[in-house]
Formats: sequence, structure tokens, C-alpha cells
Amino acid sequence: MSRQASRRGAWLAWVVQALLVLAVMAGAVWVMNHALDVLRSRGVRSGFDFLTEPAGFSISEGWLDFDASQPFWRAFLAGLINTVRAAVPAAVFAVVLGTLIGIGRLAPHVLLRGICTAYVEVLRNVPLLVQLLMLAFAMANLLPDPIEPVRLLPGVWLSKGGLSVPWPVSGEGGWWPTHFEWPEKGDFGVSGGAALSPEYVTIVAGLSFYSAAFVAEIVRAGILSVSQGQVLAGQALGLTTVQQLRIVILPQALRVIVPSLTNQLLSLTKNSSLAVAVGYPELVSVANTTIGSNGRAFECIAIIMAVYLLLSLLISFGMNRYNARVALRGWQ
Amino acid sequence: MKNRFRPALAVAASVVALSAAAPAFAGKTLDAVKQRGTVKCGVTNGVAGFSAPDTQGNWSGLDVDTCRAIAAAVLGDAKKVDFVPLNSQQRFSALQAGEIDILARNTTWTLTRDASLGFNFTTITYYDGQGFLVPKKLKVTSAKQLKNATICTQSGTTNEKNVSDYFRAQNIPVKTVVFESFEASFKAFFSGRCQAFTTDASALAGLRNKEAPNPDDYIILPELISKEPLAPLVRRGDDEWFAIAKWVPNALIEAEEFGVTQANADDLKANSKDPAQQRLVGTGEDLGKLLGLDKDWSFRAIKAVGNYGEMFERNVGPKSVLKLPRGSNNLWNKGGLIYAPPVR
Repeated sequence: MSRQASRRGAWLAWVVQALLVLAVMAGAVWVMNHALDVLRSRGVRSGFDFLTEPAGFSISEGWLDFDASQPFWRAFLAGLINTVRAAVPAAVFAVVLGTLIGIGRLAPHVLLRGICTAYVEVLRNVPLLVQLLMLAFAMANLLPDPIEPVRLLPGVWLSKGGLSVPWPVSGEGGWWPTHFEWPEKGDFGVSGGAALSPEYVTIVAGLSFYSAAFVAEIVRAGILSVSQGQVLAGQALGLTTVQQLRIVILPQALRVIVPSLTNQLLSLTKNSSLAVAVGYPELVSVANTTIGSNGRAFECIAIIMAVYLLLSLLISFGMNRYNARVALRGWQ
Repeated sequence: MKNRFRPALAVAASVVALSAAAPAFAGKTLDAVKQRGTVKCGVTNGVAGFSAPDTQGNWSGLDVDTCRAIAAAVLGDAKKVDFVPLNSQQRFSALQAGEIDILARNTTWTLTRDASLGFNFTTITYYDGQGFLVPKKLKVTSAKQLKNATICTQSGTTNEKNVSDYFRAQNIPVKTVVFESFEASFKAFFSGRCQAFTTDASALAGLRNKEAPNPDDYIILPELISKEPLAPLVRRGDDEWFAIAKWVPNALIEAEEFGVTQANADDLKANSKDPAQQRLVGTGEDLGKLLGLDKDWSFRAIKAVGNYGEMFERNVGPKSVLKLPRGSNNLWNKGGLIYAPPVR
């Protein structure tokens, strides 16, 4: 084939690709428009205009204060922030716990190895929703009643209402904290300070424990992928076991670990939508409430999809950057 | 998992299904029901007195009887109903998408739902109001004492919004914990997570009797913070089906007013000289043909489930576990609000 012919071939391929992409996009737009047209013809109000109307329901916890008189878009934002508020700590715990368990599964000590293996096999084979409901059930039954909370430390109370701790608050109109607000025991349980609700603890703990089992397997596979010669070399240099792991093995294992870990973090983030089942007000919960009040199912589900897509792309982007860094430091 | 994505599936299904059936359609639902041989009726996944399956999977309740009466009127057999259990988030999408023919799922008639979802509400079958259930040990006697309390409720309901409205108007701070399923929400309450539980008063009575560890430990507060007129609903754009869904419950109400019961219907069909009774049992003028049905439509409905009073008594009244008083749900001429336009 002449050089000219191959260039023409490449150009044609590019045109075909572009046409295909356009066709897919046009198809998606057509389906969306058609669906909205049909809904309208059936007397169903549709569109995203509702986002600026007052929501009419309240969200009782989260970083963004929200009350019923504020608009729907802010409710969705509060829900999104609550999703992040659950997913980020869960991801951190899952990676730390998973790494420890993954290393533990390769430990020479039989009991430690057995416990870690049992953990992985049990946690990854029981559906996450079941685990969440079990955790919620356990907390609902084991913790003391909110009207008779247990005082763990001065200002730290634990009950079915959650864990309350003192929290810095700002005075009137000020931006920075001026004093601590101490939780106090009231008629209906503890109020004031900062509280971690049982629903929040359930979703963060549930996601962490479940994902840690998968992370452990990824870490184990990563460590096993490092050649035995590297361990021997480490020993020859007189490194302790912990030093071998930290300086020689883990940095090399990361090349195998990071791409799989990205998948795990993606699924952890998406699994946070299960929080709706245990009463934690995240994005899906806000969307469900909205659908119940104005019936805009199409729009709300589109928002959920867009948000999870965005979160997933952000995680992929970050992890790919990290992967590029650790890959360069490898031994090849 | 299945539950959470059901609205999404319903919407997807509606997009596909409606691609073929976009234009308005008069009478389509009745034709579809006749062809299929069953009425698809959306109900709750279990609220005692309104729609709940027993251990054999037989559904019973006020909403269930409404659907059975419609099946009896349209298909001649009260058993020809497919009950589709739906949670409060799924219900509207399911009706919009055509998964069900009628939604009889203790749904409150509101302007937003009526005007923006593409639905028509039919006849109010129960006048409810939202109340609070609290443990006696809290020594609370009024909702106004619930300052700083935590209240459990279910998401996607008018209840969730009413609580916000009520306490905002009273300037009483409360916290709500909102669960996706009704069951999760009342279980959290009975486990002690919340100091109060809120939903329609009728459901509170059922819950206290059926689900509370010890019913005597709980009281229902006197305040009713909202009007909750519960009515079945159908899709807009099919006036014939809308008329049937309206007039079957109306006929049952009229039957109570004129003394036609499940027991005496046969006798009245043979002997009654009262024109109002004759119309209901199918010996007077033929009203059925105006609805696209036959002359015996209301006779069959009454024979199947009894008149409104009988339905009430069996499902939520003194003969049921709920033991609710007739109250607002008495006939208009006995001090209540239940009123049907004349079946004539």
C-alpha cells in the first residue's frame, strides 16, 4: 500500500468514527426528547425547572445546612455532599484496613492468616445490602436508648441517637470558631455539639468493611506478583521484614495494585447509594423524596446518573495520575 | 437493589412502550383489561387495613376491595386482579409507564399530584390525617412537646413534607430520619432510634397493634397535622376508564346509603320496588352501557365486596384489627364526609 493510500484510509476511518459518535449522540438526544414529548402529551409536567422551587422537605444531617424552604437544587447538592461525606472516609478506611488484611493473609503466623482469610471470605461473599441492614439492626438493638445515653468521656455521649462530641462553633455572624459547643442531655436525648448519626456510621463502616475484603485480595495479588528474588535481595541487605515490605515489595506491588484499586474505589462510591436503605440522606435518598413529591422520575434519575458519572470520572482521573507516578518508579 | 432501580426501569419501559403508543387513547385501558382478563392494581407492599397479603398470599384491605369491585364490575369476577406491590417512590412511575391500570395505594390527593403527574384521582375512599405515635414512657401528650425530638418517617410521602411544614410553622426544631421503606422506618422507631413515628393515623393504629413489641407502651398523639384524602388514581387521557374507576366506588357508597348489602343484593334484585335500589342491582334503567359495561356492573361489585360500610367494617372498622371508628368516614347523612354523586 502506498503512503498516500494509507493516509486516505486513516482519514476515512476517522470520518467513520466521527459519524458513528454523532449518530450515537443524536440517537440519545432523540430518545430523551421523544420521552419528554410523550410525557408532556400525557399531561406529565417535565423538565428541570423544578430545581429552583422550594423543596418542602428537610435533610437532618450533613455538611451543608438545608431546610425545607430552600430550593431542590440545594437539596441535591446537600445529597451529593453527603454522598462524598460517606464515600471518602469509607475509601480511606477500606484501603488502610484492606492493605493490613492483605498483608495478613500472607503472614507466616497461622492464626493471623486464618483470621484474615476468614474475613475476606465472609465479607466479600455476603451482599453489601445485607451487611448494611445487619449493622443497622445491631446498632438499633445494642446501643442504649437516646433518653438514657452512656457518657463515654466528659462531653462525649453514645446512644441510638448517635455519638455526640463537643464541636467548635462560631459566635453570631462570625466565620471562625470562638468556643466549643458541648453536647447536653435533654428530654429526648443528647443535643448540641457534633453528632455522628447511626445511619452515617452504618454506611461508612459497612462500605469500609465490605470493600476492605476486596482491597485485601488486590494487595495480596500485588505482593505475590513481586518476584521472590526481591525479597531475597532485601534479606541479603539485612533489611527487617517490615523494611522489606515497606521499601522493596510494596512500591513494586503498587504497579499491580493501583489499577485494580481504581475499580474498587469506583464501585465503593457507587455502592454508597445503598445508604438510602439505612436512612442516611445521600443523593439517591434526596432524588427518591423528590420523585415522591413531584413525580419527576426521569429528571431525577438523569441527575443521579450524571453525578455518579462525574464522580467516577474524577476518581479515574485521580487514580490514573497516581498510577502514572507509581508506574514510573517501578523496576523496569 | 431491585427496588431502588425500579423507578428507573419504569421510566425506561415507558420510553420504549410509549414510542409505539404516543397519541391519546380513549378506551384503551378497558380494552386492554378485557383482553388481558385481569385488572392490574398497584397497592402497597403491606399496610394493614388497606392492602396487605396474608400468609397464603391473599390480599385484603380497603384499597384491595376497591380493585376487586372494579374487576367484578368489568370482568365479572372479583378474583381477576393482579396486585402489584409498589413502594411510595415506585408508585407514580409504575402508573405513568402503564405497568398498572389503577393505583389504589393509600395515596393522598394533592394539587401537585393531580395537576402535574398526568393522573386523575377518582373517588375518595378514606379520609385520613397524619398523626404521631410515641412511647408512653416519654410522657408526651402533644406533638407540640416534641422539641428537639427525632422523628422517623418514610421518604417520598406527603408525611415527610407535612412534618417539615408543621414544625416549621410552630417554630419547633425537630430532626427527621427518613427511610426508603415503610418497614425500615417503623422498625427503627420501635427499636428506639426515634422518639416519634409519623404517618397517616389509620396506619399508626395498625402498626401499634401489629408491630409494636407491646401495644400498650405506645400512644397516638391527639394532633392530626394534615388532611389526607386517600383516593385511587388512573392515567389521564382515558376518560372511559376514569369514569369506571370513579363510579364503581361511588356505587358502593350509594349502596350503603340505600341499604343494599352483599347479603340482600340477590333478594333486592328479585323484589325491590325502590328505583334507587333497582338501579344499583341492575333491574332499573341501564346505566352500565354509559360506562361501556353491562347492566349488572354494580350488582356484581356489591356482591363481591359488599357496600362501602361493609368494606370499611371488615377492613379497618370494628371487625378488623385496626378497630378504627367511622368518624369522618361515615356517610354524609350520618355526620361523615363520605358522599357519592347520585348513581342515576
